[in-house]
Amino acid sequence: MRTYWFTEDAYHNLPPQDEYESIRVNLPNSNFDPERGHELYNWYLDMWCMAESYGLDLMNNEHHQTATCMVPAAPLMMSILARETSKARLLLLGNPIANRRNPVRVAEEMAMIDVISKGRLECGFVRGVPYEAAPANRTAHRGSQRMWEAHDMIMKAWTTHDGPFNFEGRWFQGRQINIWPRPYQQPAPPVWITMGGRASTTPVAQHKHVGAVFLAGYPRIREIFDGYREDYLKMHGEHAPFDRLAYLGLVFVGENEAKAREGAEKLLWYMSANKVPGYWSNPPGYHPPHISAQIMKGARGGAGIPLTASLDDQMARGNVFAGTPDQVYEQIKSFWEYSGGFGNMLMMGQAGFVTHEETESSMKLYSEEVFPRLKELEASTTPAEAWEKSKAMKQRDNVPLDGFALEFVR
Amino acid sequence: MSATTETIKLPVGEITVSRKGTGPQLLLLHGGGGSIADHPVVDKLAEKFEVIAPSHPGFNGTKIPDHFDGMPELVHFYLDVLDALKIDNAVLMGISMGGWLAAELASINCARFSKVILVDAVGVKIGGPTDRDIVDVFGIPPDEAAKLMYHDPANARDMSTLSDEALAAVAGNRTALGLYTWEPYMHNPKLPQRLHRVTAPTLFLWGESDGLVTTDYGKAYAALIPVQNLWQFQKLDIRLTQNRQSAS
Repeated sequence: MRTYWFTEDAYHNLPPQDEYESIRVNLPNSNFDPERGHELYNWYLDMWCMAESYGLDLMNNEHHQTATCMVPAAPLMMSILARETSKARLLLLGNPIANRRNPVRVAEEMAMIDVISKGRLECGFVRGVPYEAAPANRTAHRGSQRMWEAHDMIMKAWTTHDGPFNFEGRWFQGRQINIWPRPYQQPAPPVWITMGGRASTTPVAQHKHVGAVFLAGYPRIREIFDGYREDYLKMHGEHAPFDRLAYLGLVFVGENEAKAREGAEKLLWYMSANKVPGYWSNPPGYHPPHISAQIMKGARGGAGIPLTASLDDQMARGNVFAGTPDQVYEQIKSFWEYSGGFGNMLMMGQAGFVTHEETESSMKLYSEEVFPRLKELEASTTPAEAWEKSKAMKQRDNVPLDGFALEFVR
Repeated sequence: MSATTETIKLPVGEITVSRKGTGPQLLLLHGGGGSIADHPVVDKLAEKFEVIAPSHPGFNGTKIPDHFDGMPELVHFYLDVLDALKIDNAVLMGISMGGWLAAELASINCARFSKVILVDAVGVKIGGPTDRDIVDVFGIPPDEAAKLMYHDPANARDMSTLSDEALAAVAGNRTALGLYTWEPYMHNPKLPQRLHRVTAPTLFLWGESDGLVTTDYGKAYAALIPVQNLWQFQKLDIRLTQNRQSAS
């Protein structure tokens, strides 16, 4: 079991929510104070370094034109961490390669981070959330297909060592591809892909890549994890190891329940601050028409997260794990067993107004009192046993997501 | 007046076409709202023409061929459509996005067309890089976008009153519109250098209240086509969206 500590690097010092239409895409950058930005970038880097000191691995990501995430170029942050850290695995989840114009550039950047970090890169690829279509000016149509073609080009670039090759695909072309440097890890850095629904699991399992799921909670986790496990077993004749699956939840551990709730409530800023009008959530071609129609009708967000749900609701759904170390362990154990098991916990441990002291306290309690028990939990069973045990559990459908499913949280 | 509708197999894909009336052919290329074959204006046209009104793939519940990534595929697809429909000496009429398609087709080969009518057409970039010639309909709420397209905004559909089925149809059309117009947005940077090939008399018909593309845009567009065009402004509910009664 590994735990990747994650913050989305928010710029949270914003005017009241009713004073702007959207936190994404068209929030004017006059709201961004470069002095404050300087502090925040360095603070987030310090937090990742702190996470390494507590024995955790590190995860970062990128978004564009949004105060929810100040990092429009995850490789820049990750390249700093490649130098500033020495032990932690570095998960970049992920490169939005459906929207990137040149996958070869991504292959080069990732190879460079892998070499600087001496082979610590875990390289994620994502299609990108719907609000990325406008900033990228890339059509959302066939985004998944584009992502996989870019993936193929990058894998080929990483694993070709005898001079230039050509790759002439539908969307991406190159005819003298010969990247310098090549990756440190051979044949390639581990690859992670986000999975949003049953339909997305097959190619991930086929490549034996790590399949990561964000905030699907009890309602949807088994559909996705089971899909991956079924595909993996069918294609490879063996059970998917635990380390092929990952789950992202919001985690806050407190020394007592009151402090834990206080911290977790602040962490929920990640969801409550995501004020996005339907038209940014609904670029043409991203959602199938019946989902698109629901968003046009006014259903909130389009991300599928129940953005207004309370902490208790979010905990019941399995999106937030919060409490004392014992409580958090029990909550994650319950979800872990229900889901059939996974080898990577992606811990969103800081968001919004959670302070440095609160972040460190939660991080320390997690790493010292929760994480060791999760490692024991994983070691106590096998993927086949854990899956069987999961199948015997009744579907928890008393915690539906409102509106529509979570296909889209990438 | 009743229309006949059929789906015709093409070398690649298929096209659904409605026909109404008798007389010289009038090929009607609809805009982003989908087919207007049921619109009263088509009944008027059908009094003098055989109105041939295809649905572009993806609109009105039809399938988008797997190889389509944008307008270039639609244009080439329509070369097959012109063959299949035996379009000959026809009036070519295109509205909004369909006007762009019409301009593309006429610039490839105008021999099939006796006249061209472009109604509030998009398809070219008139201003400089930072001029927003065409409102970004995907960057504003759909109901606001709908209002831009009517002389009287009250004629715009009220999204909140539509059934789930009707709304899914609107969403499906919006999806197709996005496919054809996302990037470069609503235009082809190469088209202006091809418009000298539009050799048939061309009429630009513009709604003076058009909120999507202004009359100045229409005038500049018209100037790119050499065979001098007639030019009319009317109080026109420009998008001629399905089931509206107020085109005049």
